[in-house]
Amino acid sequence: MKLFRFRGGVHPHGHKLLSNQQEIDVLPLPRRLYVPVQQHIGVPAQPVVVPGQKVLKGELIAAAQGTLSAAVHAPTSGTVVEIGPFTAPHPSGLPVTTIIIDSDGEDRWCDEQAHNTDPFSLTPQEISDRVAAAGIVGMGGATFPSALKLHLGHKQRVHTLIINGGECEPYLTCDDRLMRESADTVIDGVRIMVHAIGLEGASIAIEDNKPQAYAAMRSAAEPYPEIRVVRVPSLYPMGSEKQMIQFLTGIEVPAGTRSAEIGLLVHNVATAHAIHEAVRFARPLVSRVVTVSGGAVRNKRNLQVPIGTLVQELFDYCGLVENPARLIMGGPMMGQVIPHTRVPVVKGTSGIIALSQRELGEMQTMPCIRCGRCVGACPVGLMPLELMARVRAADFDGAIDYGLHDCISCGSCAYVCPSHLPLTQFFNFAKGELVTRDVEKRKNDYTRKLAADRQARLQREAEEKKRAAAERKAARAAAKAAKATEQETQA
Amino acid sequence: MSSNPMTTAPLISGPHAHSEESVAKVMATVMVALLPATLFGFWAYGWPAIFLFTITLLSTLAGEAIGLQLAGKPQRLFLLDGSAILTGWLLALSLPPWAPWWVGVVGGLLATLIGKQIFGGIGQNLFNPAMLARVALLISFPVEMTQWVGPHPITTAAAPGFLDGLAITFSGIPNVDSVTGASILGHAKTELTRGIGLTSSLPGHYDATAFSLGTVAGSMGETSGVLLLLGGIVLLMRKVITWHIPVAMLGSVILLSAIFHHVNPERFADPLFHLMAGGMMLGAFFIATDMVTSPTGRIGQLVFGIGCGVLVWVIRTFGAFPEGVAFAVLLMNAATPLIDHYLRPRIYGRRRDGRPLELAERKES
Repeated sequence: MKLFRFRGGVHPHGHKLLSNQQEIDVLPLPRRLYVPVQQHIGVPAQPVVVPGQKVLKGELIAAAQGTLSAAVHAPTSGTVVEIGPFTAPHPSGLPVTTIIIDSDGEDRWCDEQAHNTDPFSLTPQEISDRVAAAGIVGMGGATFPSALKLHLGHKQRVHTLIINGGECEPYLTCDDRLMRESADTVIDGVRIMVHAIGLEGASIAIEDNKPQAYAAMRSAAEPYPEIRVVRVPSLYPMGSEKQMIQFLTGIEVPAGTRSAEIGLLVHNVATAHAIHEAVRFARPLVSRVVTVSGGAVRNKRNLQVPIGTLVQELFDYCGLVENPARLIMGGPMMGQVIPHTRVPVVKGTSGIIALSQRELGEMQTMPCIRCGRCVGACPVGLMPLELMARVRAADFDGAIDYGLHDCISCGSCAYVCPSHLPLTQFFNFAKGELVTRDVEKRKNDYTRKLAADRQARLQREAEEKKRAAAERKAARAAAKAAKATEQETQA
Repeated sequence: MSSNPMTTAPLISGPHAHSEESVAKVMATVMVALLPATLFGFWAYGWPAIFLFTITLLSTLAGEAIGLQLAGKPQRLFLLDGSAILTGWLLALSLPPWAPWWVGVVGGLLATLIGKQIFGGIGQNLFNPAMLARVALLISFPVEMTQWVGPHPITTAAAPGFLDGLAITFSGIPNVDSVTGASILGHAKTELTRGIGLTSSLPGHYDATAFSLGTVAGSMGETSGVLLLLGGIVLLMRKVITWHIPVAMLGSVILLSAIFHHVNPERFADPLFHLMAGGMMLGAFFIATDMVTSPTGRIGQLVFGIGCGVLVWVIRTFGAFPEGVAFAVLLMNAATPLIDHYLRPRIYGRRRDGRPLELAERKES
């Protein structure tokens, strides 16, 4: 298969060996699970259970609201004890509606016998319905509802399906282990997707720092010539959708366009595994593989974790050697800082990284020396130093002119910056600021429209009043005249 | 680890990993790359060169310290980042090795105070501070700045001893006219103005091998083209610079001089002469590539390098001064903001003019 390249990129130290040597371990069932109703991009799901209600594993506990939403299921059997706000896995630590379930320790499925369905006898619509019913979202971290993506793929004549086994983020090895240990089910999930979209085949891209995963996937894909397993170089951000598309196809997704619109679809390997479970066995997404790593963790490894497990439970199980200097959900390049350990694992949680003080390093920020390494590293072709200068001066129009909206926040620029400037943080701030301004502007426009409408209404009412008064006057005058005429005739 | 949740972390976005590169490391790498040519300069020109080098460095640091003090910036952090030392180092390498002490003092202070701190310190200066100081010195003190001594290798009897060296640096060169002379560029220019062509003026004065090795009269650290090239390769390998500026600069000089030399060898020097004479190699690998004052985009760097190369050749060939590297670099420094503004890289998914790419044709599968 002919490969292309994307510009820039960096080679961060992988730290993969820390956690990819042991098999995926199953976390002992936690006593209490905290399941947020929003673990995806889109509209929050609506709880369909009430406190005190008994639920079984896999039972629907919150229903999707519309297509850009995802259902949420009970990760184990037990009792709903509370539905209320709880810290979301987000740097802000703001609360989201969360269904709290006390486990009964039996972990009993709602349908004891998992029925095996032949996915290839199902229609594309039936498959995407099953994927939707299972509440599957993009498990690489983007958490876009997968059923919608499959459905769009079918409708928009997607011609290329790429399965992302890049896992280019340092420390993370959950996809690596999944591909090594469950290559057959991942391949099956991929074949189901190929069938659901109506394609001839798919390409699975795996970075060359995962030779065992590559070998396992290759041999699992052997019987299916339509599934190509492609080895790609370890270059961050290979796992970024747009960069992966460019690397495999040479096609750039035009600015402001979604990849599906030009016939390309990218799904993560863990999503493929979840789709296999959902379509073949009607098993909803209630657990996932999470990498627990970082210098502060004693036993770094991958764990099969029920959704809703608190991060604290992972640390209790794996042990810590020191107080973590920083907690990250996801990888260290694009992951999010979590405020503390009382935060639940969600569908998009690929890893929990507890960085030690030494790994984090306290680095002195210096002024920009214009070395241009950020320009060389940017996979998008931006000039991060120029962008930062504009954001610093609050010149957001200038920043947009320099491509702020094209930035994918991959962090390559900040990674290489010898002055340790928090470039990505500047850009994220500016993007947030622009969203706020946009909302503000829309609010103002709406207020202005309301004021204008009111003005128009008042004017209309005044005119109507005037007209009514004139009419009444005319009527009175006419009546008077009629009376006078009457009197005259009487006289 | 206790079971208590950890304390609330600040709002901070990624990346939480870093290449562990730092400004000080970048500067240190450049200094290491300069070492061979510098040590060669010390060897070739002896104690006076070592004294002038030390004085220049200390003066540059003093200028930086004064500037930082006036600006109310932390002294330790910025004095130790290596940038001021590197500026002084580069300035010293471009000076006549036996120049008097006050040349180093004035140059050093000019470089960091006027060339750097007035603009706002590290990263803010428009012009290369070392070249700015060199040009200011050249224009202000043309006599002292053009007294070139030939090599007096420190290992030979011809070399001035420690005390003689102190005397040269602090009270002037004895028998100036017998020891010093014009640089090869100056010599060629003077002879041309007298109507003597290169084929007559260069033999006896110019030997390509000696000029490549650096065993000739010239600036403290500019003469050894070979050692500077070695340093340049170190910078390229350590990825401190990219090939764009040096290749564009040297390439355009080679091309121009080759064409004109071919047409008229009497009037126009050959490419090797241009490469090995004066400050061309130091300029191409260490001066023009100065990060702060050169473009950051690759295309911009090519344009910048070509601009430097063409200007050096034009100034050397047609200008009033025999050497043009410092002038050329300063002129292109002034153009850098403009180059960076107009020659940006193409953004993913967009055309060069910034509009989105046309939708790719849908392949039917």
